[in-house]
Amino acid sequence: MAKHITTPLSDETVASLKAGDQVLLTGVVYTARDAAHKRLIALIKEGKDLPIDLQGQVIYYVGPAPAKPGDPIGSAGPTTSMRMDPYAPTLMEHGMKGMIGKGMRSQEVRDAMVRHGAVYFAAVGGAAALVAKRIKSAEVVAYEDLGPEAIRKLYVEDLPLFVIDDIHGDDLYEQGVAKYRKA
Amino acid sequence: MGCAKPRVIQAGDIADAMEKLCISACCNLPEENLERIEAFAAREESEVGRQVLEMILENHRLAAREQRPACQDTGLAVVFLELGQDVRIEGGDLATAINEGVRRGYEKGYLRKSVVAEPLFERKNTRDNTPAIIHTSIVAGDKLKITLAPKGGGAENMSAVAMMIPAAGVEGVRKFVVEQVRKAGSNPCPPVVVGVGIGGNFEVAPLLAKKALVRPMGSKNPNRAYAALEDELLEAINKLGIGPQGLGGSTTALAVHVEYAPCHIASLPVAVNLNCHVSPHQSITL
Repeated sequence: MAKHITTPLSDETVASLKAGDQVLLTGVVYTARDAAHKRLIALIKEGKDLPIDLQGQVIYYVGPAPAKPGDPIGSAGPTTSMRMDPYAPTLMEHGMKGMIGKGMRSQEVRDAMVRHGAVYFAAVGGAAALVAKRIKSAEVVAYEDLGPEAIRKLYVEDLPLFVIDDIHGDDLYEQGVAKYRKA
Repeated sequence: MGCAKPRVIQAGDIADAMEKLCISACCNLPEENLERIEAFAAREESEVGRQVLEMILENHRLAAREQRPACQDTGLAVVFLELGQDVRIEGGDLATAINEGVRRGYEKGYLRKSVVAEPLFERKNTRDNTPAIIHTSIVAGDKLKITLAPKGGGAENMSAVAMMIPAAGVEGVRKFVVEQVRKAGSNPCPPVVVGVGIGGNFEVAPLLAKKALVRPMGSKNPNRAYAALEDELLEAINKLGIGPQGLGGSTTALAVHVEYAPCHIASLPVAVNLNCHVSPHQSITL
């Protein structure tokens, strides 16, 4: 049974999630990929304000396809999260509570999740047309010049996700492989 | 003996064909891809794994039904051309025609533009998904066969080439390929398709690996020894436990395709090019 959770994520919600849980997430999430992360981190280094308030927020690592007429967004599956590993701990320091992507995170990022009380979810990579059906609205809120890599504010309803890394340091990828590995 | 008259193909027709191919390849996946995923779903050991494979199938059917790209990463446009030597192209040059078709197809098909003009300093998006990556072979005949394999970044980043010594042999190749898939883990959107290129040289092996990915999914190399190697590698990879999306399970790869070429007496080049479960590709002959 999937748990229903909403954003912004409270500390209680984050603490209740365990690696292996299936969740349906509802609420606002922000999109950002490599190029947007690079700019956010540069602003933090310069001590400037960010274009989005990260408190309790969830960042979805996605560069969506363009919307067809009448749709809020085009196909929008997760991109590989490890490319954001160099930036993620700093964003957690600034209040980010959740990340959605696909693929393994570095030990540094997992340690930062334990330290800051944040969680990492995976969406099903390559099921991008299906994921887009759960996105009800989308607007560019920063870095429009980056095209697919701009920061978008999405409103999602019952987005199906797996909890990969929780605040206890457990990791679903490690558990899954350990269970089914035969050689 | 008279000279054979060249067959004329208009550059505009090439651009038109390319435009249609871009949209269709991203939305309409080969039927054998879906059949293969169904077959693996039926024997997947993990319940979550089966659930993920069902979601993937639902996604791929939805993409075709609503003509949406199955994956938001509609990739670099990798194009293989087999150009008959009796063809004459009029009304423009070949590369320009291909790129014009990519430009129009990615725009009209609402496909993502994923190309930066320069890799290191500015990384500015070209905004029309050009240039395409074009590999051309001159062949006998008077036809032009265009194969498009849009290639996403996630699986491409998990690819590798090794310059082995001949003594490494079959065992060396087997270890390298399986280890590459193991290291890639959940990153390349498993279940993956594994393209393996063996032989040639430093630039040929990766090209063979990429060509292996445009074979019909699950097809066999005509050489029996290489076909047996494909089976053996697939079995070994599916014992890794990575499973659908890396969540654990018995379906880590849907197929292993091996292509080979003659090589230097001193060399054993091996390349692994991974593809995700979407594995889009389509051909058209003019």
